[in-house]
Amino acid sequence: MEKSSAAIVPDTPSAERYGAMTVGTWRWIGTWRWIGTLALIAFAIALPFTLSNYHVFELTLVMIYAIAVLGLNILTGYNGQISLGHGGFFAAGAYTAAILMHRYGVPYWATLPPAGLICFVLGVLFGLPALRFDGPYLALVTLAMALATPQLLKYFDTWTGGQQGINLAKPMPPAGLGLDRDRWLYLIALVALLIAIRVAANMLNGRTGRAWVAIRDHPIAAAAMGIDTARYKTLAFGTSTLFTGVAGALSAIAIGYVSPESYSLFLSVSFLVGSAVGGIATIGGAIVGGFFIQFVPNLANDISDAAPWAIYGLAMLLCMYTMPHGVVGSIRSWLTRLAERTTVRHAAGGRSDQNDEGWTS
Amino acid sequence: MAPILELRSVKAFYGQSEVVHGIYLAVEEGGMTVLLGANGAGKTTTLRAICGMVRSEGEILFAGKRLDRRATEDIAGVGVAHVPEGRGTFIGLTVEENLRLGGYTRPRNAPANMERMYGYFPILAERRRQQGGALSGGEQQMLAIARALMMEPRLLVLDEPSFGLAPRIVEDIFKIVERIKKEERVSVLLVEQNATLALELADHAYLLETGYVVASGSAKALADDPQIRRAYLGY
Amino acid sequence: MHEFWQQVFSGLAAGSVYASVALALVMIYRSTDLVNFAQGEMAMFSTYIAWTLVNAGMPFWGAFAITLIVSFVGGMVIERVVIRPVENAPVLAAVVVTIGLLLIFNSVAGWIYTYTVQDFPSPFPDRPLFHALITTRDLGVIAVTLIMLVLLFLFFRFTSTGLAMRAAAQNPASARLCGIRVGRMLAIGWGLAAAIGATAGIMVAPVLFLDPNMMGGVLLYAFAGALLGGITSPVGAVVGGLIVGVTENLVGTYLIASQLKLTVALALIILVLVFRPNGLFGTAIVRRV
Repeated sequence: MEKSSAAIVPDTPSAERYGAMTVGTWRWIGTWRWIGTLALIAFAIALPFTLSNYHVFELTLVMIYAIAVLGLNILTGYNGQISLGHGGFFAAGAYTAAILMHRYGVPYWATLPPAGLICFVLGVLFGLPALRFDGPYLALVTLAMALATPQLLKYFDTWTGGQQGINLAKPMPPAGLGLDRDRWLYLIALVALLIAIRVAANMLNGRTGRAWVAIRDHPIAAAAMGIDTARYKTLAFGTSTLFTGVAGALSAIAIGYVSPESYSLFLSVSFLVGSAVGGIATIGGAIVGGFFIQFVPNLANDISDAAPWAIYGLAMLLCMYTMPHGVVGSIRSWLTRLAERTTVRHAAGGRSDQNDEGWTS
Repeated sequence: MAPILELRSVKAFYGQSEVVHGIYLAVEEGGMTVLLGANGAGKTTTLRAICGMVRSEGEILFAGKRLDRRATEDIAGVGVAHVPEGRGTFIGLTVEENLRLGGYTRPRNAPANMERMYGYFPILAERRRQQGGALSGGEQQMLAIARALMMEPRLLVLDEPSFGLAPRIVEDIFKIVERIKKEERVSVLLVEQNATLALELADHAYLLETGYVVASGSAKALADDPQIRRAYLGY
Repeated sequence: MHEFWQQVFSGLAAGSVYASVALALVMIYRSTDLVNFAQGEMAMFSTYIAWTLVNAGMPFWGAFAITLIVSFVGGMVIERVVIRPVENAPVLAAVVVTIGLLLIFNSVAGWIYTYTVQDFPSPFPDRPLFHALITTRDLGVIAVTLIMLVLLFLFFRFTSTGLAMRAAAQNPASARLCGIRVGRMLAIGWGLAAAIGATAGIMVAPVLFLDPNMMGGVLLYAFAGALLGGITSPVGAVVGGLIVGVTENLVGTYLIASQLKLTVALALIILVLVFRPNGLFGTAIVRRV
């Protein structure tokens, strides 16, 4: 006769386990997180004063792309709706800013809210019919939009300047700050990025974010629990395009030029790739994605003159093999495993040989 | 007779959790052994460990050969036929195609085997061109058993064949299983929650509770044990 | 009226090419749950291989056969080496891998063969038939595609490997319990898809002319066609591809020429999808709560 069954341990619910982990290890990590974040922001503010103009400009673009990718993360990562068309919304924001500045003399900083608003509305308008589509079907619909964008931009040439595009004056920094143009733009982008991260974090960690994730993972159960799936999905679309649209407006201001060729399908694909490499369901991953989009193509060119895109493609493959959840996603998993190992011994009443399944994001 | 299947100190894992804690289990050749226990006891996980579908530790011996490090498809090839929980029917394929798939590893005798299966389960012969998904639960269970037998197995592993079926159908299926045991000369490892029926048919029984074997012996001995009667047989 | 039918028939020829690539996409989607965005570039690369062989003096059909074999093996290798590592990863990771593969094939082709547009020979003379309703070349393309489809149908319906592949795609766990090596079935699926793509590329190259970007538009139309037919349905893929081919031609002739043609064609397809969100023959993706 085998061991007696007297020591039957009731199943410890996962939430309790996770609670133990939260109290124990995350608090420790949380403090470090605050210190780290502030240090990072200080570093980011100081950085442009140590680099050349061109590098500052590149970093400005990194931050702009990060905002755009953050928008995509919200839609595809947290809400599970794939978009191959975010380049189109980026273009919408860029051209809104460009037309307002060029035709109506609106000062550059005042173009951001309208760009965001228009892109929000566009996103909602797009998101409503998109409710009917899922998976590869949604991919096709968004892909069609990405393809249509350069065509439409060329077609409505009285507004958009057609093939030639629109030239814009780069903004002058306010007098007395002692900043030149590039550094002023950098700081604008930095502030925009920080605001974007804050807003995104608030939404994603709150009720809206939880509803989005519930819809992503268990749409039927979410609806059964009373979550208005249609409303939240459309909201996700609009929020996402708002972010990307503002990024587009910033890019028009920073680069000083918009033209249909800049907003091709490749841009949309880049956003998706940057998203995946950074970590699609993360906020920090958007910044990694911004770096990837800005720098890896140039690096690829340096490595191989003859077949640079092959190197870019190879970089994509290697990133996905080593970090299938993206850089930030992988860091998260690693931290969770670390937390588990140090906390499980402290969890009340648990058998030491029974571990919870690892949390994956 | 030597056992055809032997588990020695086998631990089995469901994801990261260890749910079966170092058990011993044996199936006599030509006999029927039943694994009893409540929900969550680890019965299905044990069967999955035998067939290489979940992570396990310890030794799993089949006719003297080690199974524990091998892939599921290899295990199927050496003569262990697993009828999984939920039947595992290929719902998009016809009954006949389902059977042909069962015969994938024994192609030479497949036509003859198929006729024999239609003999055991005439309803399958009637529905041979219908989609697997169109069959009722009981018919799918018969199809799953037939599919397993097409492999000419030495060991038939049955995971909760009575699950979700009406009592009349369950009786029919068990009658067929008994007939198969005699005529096909295949050893059977059966997992069942329906303890009464199982103990009537089986030769040996094991009782699993939260991953431990808490009782084992001849089926009759377990059926007569008052504690087990009260806990699992309801009287 | 005569022009209408002319456009329909030449649309069917183009549609045959789209149908082939669409079928390859559906095959891979059914078995791997993944849209292989690199399918077009793989086909383009195969076409370059055929071109190299033909230029070296090999007769057309010999080059065709060898290219098919090489493509089949190449497809299997790609599944094992490139796709296998992300098979259990999130779908997005696999999607990014196929996009990376697309870039690699395109770039390497451009590097090896340059971006100069090349002529590609057609085994069929280009002569008008039936009062110029259709050319012999178009008829040849349709015929080759038809033969390929029939062979595939016979393979999947009547051979045990074909049955095993269908089983592995539908229910890999049960397939393993039957002794089927699911990994090998996946590899064969990719091999077949690559061979189908190669056929499509070789058929379309005489018309589109061979250059590394040749298959970009084809992939788009094939993708749309596969979805129109229903991404889970092989029959749908073929029907969808044909419809897209004919639609593209008719839109180009009667509505808008030039670049906007693609946008309009896609818009029409999406319009149909609004009413049938799973395509014409597709089944809804059933979800367990």
